[in-house]
Amino acid sequence: MSFLTLTGVQKHFGAFTAVEDFTLEAEKGEFVSFLGPSGCGKTTTLRMIAGFELPSAGRIVINDVDITHRSPNQRNVGMVFQSYALFPNMTVAENIGFGLKVRKRPKEQVQKRVGELLELIHLPDRAGRYPYQLSGGQQQRVALARALAFEPQVLLLDEPLSALDAKIRVSLRNEIRAIQRQLGITTVYVTHDQEEALSLSDRVVVMNEGRIEQIGTPFEIYNFPTTAFVASFVGTLNVLAASVVDAASGRLSVDGQEIRAASVSAPNGSKVSVALRPEIVTIGGEGDGNRLSGKIEDVTFLGSIVRIRVKVGEGAGRLSFDTFNNPSLILPKIGDTLALTFPPEACLLLDAAAEIPALSIDADEA
Amino acid sequence: MTQGGGAIGMRAPGALESVGKPAPDEKPRRGALWAWVIFGLGFLYFFLPLVATFEFALGHPTGPVKPEPSLRYYENVVLDPRSEFFPRLLFSFGVAIATIILSIAIIVPTAYWVRLRLPRLRPIVEFITLMPFVIPPVVAVFGLIRTFSGPPFPLMDTTFGSTIVLVGAYTILSFPYMYRAVDTGLRAIDIQSLTEAAQSLGAGWPRIIVGVIFPNIRVALLSGAFLTLAIVIGEYTMASFLGSKTFGPYLSLLGQNKAFEPAGVSIISFGLTWIAMGAIQFLGRGGQRIQVGGAR
Ligand SMILES: Nc1ncnc2c1ncn2[C@@H]1O[C@H](COP(=O)(O)OP(=O)(O)OP(=O)(O)O)[C@@H](O)[C@H]1O
Ligand SMILES: [Mg+2]
Repeated sequence: MSFLTLTGVQKHFGAFTAVEDFTLEAEKGEFVSFLGPSGCGKTTTLRMIAGFELPSAGRIVINDVDITHRSPNQRNVGMVFQSYALFPNMTVAENIGFGLKVRKRPKEQVQKRVGELLELIHLPDRAGRYPYQLSGGQQQRVALARALAFEPQVLLLDEPLSALDAKIRVSLRNEIRAIQRQLGITTVYVTHDQEEALSLSDRVVVMNEGRIEQIGTPFEIYNFPTTAFVASFVGTLNVLAASVVDAASGRLSVDGQEIRAASVSAPNGSKVSVALRPEIVTIGGEGDGNRLSGKIEDVTFLGSIVRIRVKVGEGAGRLSFDTFNNPSLILPKIGDTLALTFPPEACLLLDAAAEIPALSIDADEA
Repeated sequence: MTQGGGAIGMRAPGALESVGKPAPDEKPRRGALWAWVIFGLGFLYFFLPLVATFEFALGHPTGPVKPEPSLRYYENVVLDPRSEFFPRLLFSFGVAIATIILSIAIIVPTAYWVRLRLPRLRPIVEFITLMPFVIPPVVAVFGLIRTFSGPPFPLMDTTFGSTIVLVGAYTILSFPYMYRAVDTGLRAIDIQSLTEAAQSLGAGWPRIIVGVIFPNIRVALLSGAFLTLAIVIGEYTMASFLGSKTFGPYLSLLGQNKAFEPAGVSIISFGLTWIAMGAIQFLGRGGQRIQVGGAR
């Protein structure tokens, strides 16, 4: 039985469609992320759940109650904003207690709950401070506590970490996840940072141009992307041009070198794109895997890893991959020929050959 | 904040020039000197008339009889039991307070809503608030008298009724100042996020405006209130045509009949108005333990 349900939700701004046909079922206690590029409709969808935007079509149900047309203050949904949005005129304790005060809870009860939450966010000694006296990370923790204080049914977070610096981002996201697990609160988290989405979520909703591209666990999204967009947006990909030699046995030709893919649906002789995750590629190696050789174009020493770029044939594309550094490693030299192996199951076949530039790892770096 | 910025701005050129030669920073001092000169001129411009008025009211007759300068004209005004000075001034303060409350009650929700939901209407609303500058008070007051002299709103028949009309008229006079002050205050805070945060926490509109918006534009409300107070205490045209016993017409009447007293009254009322402003400031900041600063 799903706890938070969006059914065919759409949002139009005039003639522009920001969200089209969004359907999602989230379990109680689930942590769901919306992931996608800027402008894909993540925030708009979240704001419809919060009640700040009215859907043009569709229904939103929380715990079997249709809340599509309820005003935001009647929804019992907590929200954390990118800009923190703490009330500047109130202390930390007053901010956290605001939702309870609005609900006319007795004073002692508010005080007790505020104390609990201050413990939860590890700021028990900051109750009397004003927001401007706190660091960004502390402010966002207070905002989280404020959103949780009145025990909302659903917690919504819109890029809560993007105003913070990298180190705090990682520690705070783990803290958010730990608190979410502890309270078992159903959570929707908006981000355009794939690492955040993959590391935090039970399930990820990948969005593009107002549409859902794929919904799945981080493992599914990363390893079994169902569309070219998901494959390219989540993680990095190497894309090679190939032609189908024999679809039945999965044989492909990459500039004359033959490889096999797990399954090929395109007809014989047609052009396809083969996508490979960098971490699946190994240097040398024997065995029955796929084998491609090419000329080394670039070797970049990055400390813990060494990034190597190999050009496969003429016009077939480039393979970029990393190997771990160790002191006894002999760095390959530019211009050398290198043999690479990877398993057939790792080949993701993308039919749209036209999408190569957008998908290629080089374009990503440019 | 302004002070800090100014200091940095002043020191920067000196710091740049002193690269290479350890000369003392002359520029800042010269800048500070000019600042003091200009401040001094402004001070004189503001205070000389006050001092002159004060002195005049001590009684410096130019005629053949030359009594000693004294505070007797001040005493005439303040201590004489028949003097209307205090009743008039108190009445004007009362009208001012009613005007401030009404003006805030109208302007804050309007400016807030325009900023939040109807930003395209802002120029129109701004223009409407400028009406007092477009319509001369004499014209406005005749319109008011005509409108409220008979049914369905026969307000001009009673003192209370005409006071209501006066407060209404003054509220409109305060709009240009109040709207600008409030609008500037709203611009300084992220009203959309604060509103949405409050809404998601369960707050309704009255609570958002009184509990979240008001306290965060406190300084703007204070400055709007000061300006309104100053306008109301000194206003003459509307009050005299509406027959209200406020301070402005009293001062004018006194000026026609007496020589030194009006100057004394001006000085006393000036002082009392400043005290009133201090009181507004004090009340407005009351309960606030610290000054609300922006994000740092
Ligand atoms: N009030 C509005 N009026 C018109 N268009 C809007 C409005 N709000 C959002 N849009 C448009 O809808 C699209 C989706 O916006 P949204 O804010 O949901 O994107 P997003 O996925 O959150 O992007 P980002 O990662 O940049 O925050 C954008 O193209 C945006 O311009
Ligand atoms: Mg967004």
